[in-house]
Amino acid sequence: MKTCFHGKKKLCSLLFTALLVMAVLGGCADGTGESSGDNSSKESVTDSQGTASTQESTQEQEASGDMYGGSIVVGIQQDIDSLDPHKATAAGTKEILFNIFEGLVKPDENGHLIGAVASDYTISEDGLVYTFTLRDGVKFHNGNAVTAEDVKYSLERVSGLLDGTPLISTMSVITAVDILDEKTVQVTVGSANTELIYSFVAAVIPAGSGEEEGADPVGTGPFSYVSYKPQEGIVLAKNPEYWQEGLPHVDQVEFKIVGDGDTALMELQGGTIDIYPYLTNSQAQVIQDNYQVTSAPTTMVQALFLNNAAAPLDDVRVRQAICYALDKEEINEFVGGGTGSLISSCMPPTLKDYYTDLNDTYGITANVEKAKELLTDAGYADGFDMEIAIVSDYEFHMQTGEVIVEQLKKVGINATIQGMENSEWLEKVYNGREFDATITCLTSDMTPGYLMNRFQTASGKNFINFASPEYDEVYQKAQAAIDLTEKAEYYKQLQKILCDQAGSAFIQTPADKTALSNRIAGYKFYPVYVQDISTVYIVE
Amino acid sequence: MKYVGKKIGTLIMTLFLVSAAAFLAFEIIPGDVVASILGTEATPEREAQLREELGFNDPPIVRYGKWVAGVFQGDFGVSYRYSKNMNEMMPVAELIGDKLPVTLWLAAISLVLIVLVSIPLGVLWAKSGNHLLDAALGVITQASMAVPSFFLGILVTWLFGIMFRFFRPGGYVSYQDNFPGFLGYLLFPAISIALPKVAMTARFLRNSMLTELDSDYVRTAYSKGCTKERVMYGHVLRNAMMPVVTFLGMIVAEIVAGSIVVEQVFGLPGIGRLLISSISTRDFPVVEILILYITFVVIFVYFLVDILYKVIDPRIS
Repeated sequence: MKTCFHGKKKLCSLLFTALLVMAVLGGCADGTGESSGDNSSKESVTDSQGTASTQESTQEQEASGDMYGGSIVVGIQQDIDSLDPHKATAAGTKEILFNIFEGLVKPDENGHLIGAVASDYTISEDGLVYTFTLRDGVKFHNGNAVTAEDVKYSLERVSGLLDGTPLISTMSVITAVDILDEKTVQVTVGSANTELIYSFVAAVIPAGSGEEEGADPVGTGPFSYVSYKPQEGIVLAKNPEYWQEGLPHVDQVEFKIVGDGDTALMELQGGTIDIYPYLTNSQAQVIQDNYQVTSAPTTMVQALFLNNAAAPLDDVRVRQAICYALDKEEINEFVGGGTGSLISSCMPPTLKDYYTDLNDTYGITANVEKAKELLTDAGYADGFDMEIAIVSDYEFHMQTGEVIVEQLKKVGINATIQGMENSEWLEKVYNGREFDATITCLTSDMTPGYLMNRFQTASGKNFINFASPEYDEVYQKAQAAIDLTEKAEYYKQLQKILCDQAGSAFIQTPADKTALSNRIAGYKFYPVYVQDISTVYIVE
Repeated sequence: MKYVGKKIGTLIMTLFLVSAAAFLAFEIIPGDVVASILGTEATPEREAQLREELGFNDPPIVRYGKWVAGVFQGDFGVSYRYSKNMNEMMPVAELIGDKLPVTLWLAAISLVLIVLVSIPLGVLWAKSGNHLLDAALGVITQASMAVPSFFLGILVTWLFGIMFRFFRPGGYVSYQDNFPGFLGYLLFPAISIALPKVAMTARFLRNSMLTELDSDYVRTAYSKGCTKERVMYGHVLRNAMMPVVTFLGMIVAEIVAGSIVVEQVFGLPGIGRLLISSISTRDFPVVEILILYITFVVIFVYFLVDILYKVIDPRIS
């Protein structure tokens, strides 16, 4: 039986889209309706601060007087897993906590590190001693000034020096945290790693507050915690004593859980949400009239991950054949409207210093002859059956899967999509490694090692069972390298090994499409997974 | 008294069987709760630690036994997924207690709408000799019965929320903050739930009344000089209501189920949404209590229907 491309579900969503398009056309065009209702607290704060902040939030059209006050709603997809910044693991939670907490350093919108709680830092030449100078005038939301004690406590908590269990695994290399004077903290690590500095984005919390952070989070960020309700969302209020002058602009921000895609779409249509990241391509097309939809590159890597230990995928020729068979351009066009960046290894192009373009290896369009040739070599001239496990909630991956099934058919591989719930996927595929292939995204942070680390043969996160002694060796060298050019060179080699060995069929770094309501401005895109609300203001 | 005792016995037995079935189902379906909580970034140590904390190292029968013993002592357990803070998981009772009013009010408003609209409508329909009205009501009720609540919900959102802007889709205020506003936001979801049920109930009442109108006692009533109104409201309606009450009882059970889907469509944070997300994260303690709650509501409503029978028809003792 031939699989019909437009299944029942497709038809449904098509109908739905049609309805919504009608709604947009028919609905009142001037959205003056009754927006949010409270224009109550619009204090006009004067120029000195106003201009200071416009310089920072660069691309703004106008610095029109009233950039302060009001409240905004950000739509989010998943519930929060923990309010304790050291215990939260979900990317969707961390991107919210970014507004409440700050580390000694934090990322800026270019992906570079800037000082936060620390105004300055130095790293010793051997890479073993980090010295942080604390910034003057940084206060916690409870009004207390940040002291060296607080920093020491926070670092000892995440590194496991406090109770033996490291909360952030990269930090477990810390062997001592010493207070040199009341403004200087020295951190000693057991082994040098230039990427470790990025781990110091870990939140600074008041000394001894670990037990309470999950219930009543206190940080130094631009917004302070107000309330959280499971299934509903989290409300934050402006931190009037934030150390960065002129920030934040709005008095209140609510991160509202808006459920699945269709409900979110309804709420966007109704104007309940001001900011909504991670739109799908079809959603973006429907709401274009009421919102500015902006695409920005991410640090995610989408791939058809192949289980290197499952026959026939344990044969490198078979994996290479799959890489040749994929038409990445078609996938990008179909699921992302052409906004993704095509890749051939596990590194997003956003990590400019380390990324190397390997798209020539297998080409970005399908090479059916080459794929068939490799399959014949491997003894699968007649193709084989393969299951692709996908979390069915992730429409982006499901659509990608549909395209890939069709593309693989052309080289004789009979793939079927196996939809499952996330909890089942985690158990069977990610932790259990019982699968042929799966489509998902891996999210990187700003360090090149973050994604490359998992493909070491013995890594606990190596769910694709990639095994290459050469890779392991080069990875160790990359970790040890202190010279940045040398390090970058090793990472490029790693990408090449992973690509040549066809560890998996890497597809693209999808663009993040974010809907921004016309009533707001100043939103900044980050190449990392954060939602920075501090620069957002209401224009009306 | 004996009757009530027997009913309570049946209730406990049913709840027990339902909970065992739900537990078994959770044991069989794939999906690991620990993996679901920790996601892809978990270290093996944390995973082992959490598994121990949640008591997953006990055999299933022991876990179920512990759970039942807890429930009997009024301890509904703690959620796997939601924590109050890092040392203390969210008690299920508290979690559900917060969401329950949303669903209960939604059900209450729907039920009031159903009763207020369907009974006069049914009577009017039964009384009307007008063929046009008869045919029109027939078509309208047939059509609204055929539309499922969730689709109606989408239509209502689109029409009244997006086109006419009577309400803001996805808008919601907590009952603790603004109670009248809260009820206002429930109105349109309630309409989505009520509409198909109104049609069914009205149709049911009409048929029931038409059957009664053919009875001998109606002729007798007329012949002893009763007015048409007196016959209709004093005799026919009262008798015709008997099956309708049973039917409304069934409707209440359906409202509880229907609200699960409708809450999802309107983005209301009630127990329906909690149930769905708890199932997908394998948050067993929450799911189990929600299932028990729904079972309880259904059984309890049937119990109320039994009592109502006695009020309406004094012959039943």
